[in-house]
Amino acid sequence: MSSLAVNEQPTAAATSTKVIQPAWVRTVHWINAVAMVLMIMSGWQIYNASPLFDFTFSKSITLGGWLGGALLWHFAAMWLLMVNGLVYLALGLATGRFRKKLLPITPEGVIADTRAALTGKLSHADLTKYNYVQKLLYAGIIVVGILVVLSGLAIWKPVQLQYLTALFGGYDFARYVHFFCMAAIVAFLVVHVALALLVPKSLRAMIIGR
Amino acid sequence: MGRLRSLLIPGVDKQLLVRDATRVMPDLARRRFIAGGASLGALTLLTGCDVTDSFSAESMLKQISKFNDGVQAAIFNPNALAPTFPESAITKPFPFNAYYALDDAPTIDGKEWKLEVRGLVDNKKSWTLEELYKLPQVKQVTRHICVEGWSAIGSWTGTPLRDFLKIIGADSRARYCWFQCADAEGYNSPLDMATALHPQTQMTFKFGDEILPRAYGFPMKIRVPTKLGFKNPKYVVSMEVTNDYKGGFWEDQGYNSFSGS
Repeated sequence: MSSLAVNEQPTAAATSTKVIQPAWVRTVHWINAVAMVLMIMSGWQIYNASPLFDFTFSKSITLGGWLGGALLWHFAAMWLLMVNGLVYLALGLATGRFRKKLLPITPEGVIADTRAALTGKLSHADLTKYNYVQKLLYAGIIVVGILVVLSGLAIWKPVQLQYLTALFGGYDFARYVHFFCMAAIVAFLVVHVALALLVPKSLRAMIIGR
Repeated sequence: MGRLRSLLIPGVDKQLLVRDATRVMPDLARRRFIAGGASLGALTLLTGCDVTDSFSAESMLKQISKFNDGVQAAIFNPNALAPTFPESAITKPFPFNAYYALDDAPTIDGKEWKLEVRGLVDNKKSWTLEELYKLPQVKQVTRHICVEGWSAIGSWTGTPLRDFLKIIGADSRARYCWFQCADAEGYNSPLDMATALHPQTQMTFKFGDEILPRAYGFPMKIRVPTKLGFKNPKYVVSMEVTNDYKGGFWEDQGYNSFSGS
């Protein structure tokens, strides 16, 4: 997989059929999509067993049927999420994709592009380049993704991984961190899916690569 | 999908099959599983379970849960102690929690009660409460974490289980200590030997320096601060040292059996 990604970097600009999303990105993206949805929906069912706030999630949007079923899903899909996430981070760093696509992020750039986006002037002509809002959101969601896994590990293993749990301010606080990371991911998902539908060629690129 | 449907047709009681599947997962969940089937199917390869054995999400999830038992046993550090807290951190009132109301909790006569000891032990004599109270006791203030997610800090005093296992000449190479309880419907739970021998695993006789009240498991509970709450049986009446996995009240319904913290 990594050789595939390496091969296409020098040729990508030269060829007419420009690869926007290399195969490894598309693969880990869709595996992550499945894993995230399973984790979120089973997580909502787990949340319902002992809600942190004054609301519960409707059973129609949860997975697992009851706490025990939801835990089975959550602790199965976590492997998918974690292994896939590690592959993504490793390849993103090794291929230089993170550096090339996501950096630099400047406050001026983000402000200018946010203004452009809100006034409908942000161009999506070149999908190979992310604008500053995209850079910020994609880099941000990677950080949130790491935090949601770490806070999850902290509440799963508060004895074996007690230093990690302590880093999150203890067991009870780590639960809130885990919840708010989930909320951030769901908020990202709403925007992400809406924009993918608004710019269908970006969705196509994530499916067939071009 | 097509393959699934063809499997459903001859000689299978569909209603039974559906009822079985919905026990752990509602219809919605089954459909969602099928939608994400390809990648989850790939995951089963990692766990080494035989997909052709039984093509159902429920059995796959149970296989992964068993795999997770193994992972947790492997990362269990017998020397890692659960964090302890000052007495001021104790949660008041400490919650009562069970699958029944407090009024339905077992009422046990401490004078009549005996702890029955069975299995791979040298001395199978039963122990009265008076005899158990004479054993050296230690106190711990640790966090009880419920499988539901809430937690509470409590103070438990009693005899380290590993001391008792030594006294009765238990085979410490056996795989489990299996506890049976006096709860209605017969609560029981297996405890892996590594955890049973953990220094903080305790035969608990006191809560907050008082004789264990009925709500918290009189006359004896097993306090295991390295496990989720449901692996801390109350109203214990017998202990069996065994190599057999005998299941447990919640474990049989789908909670992960190791459920280590």
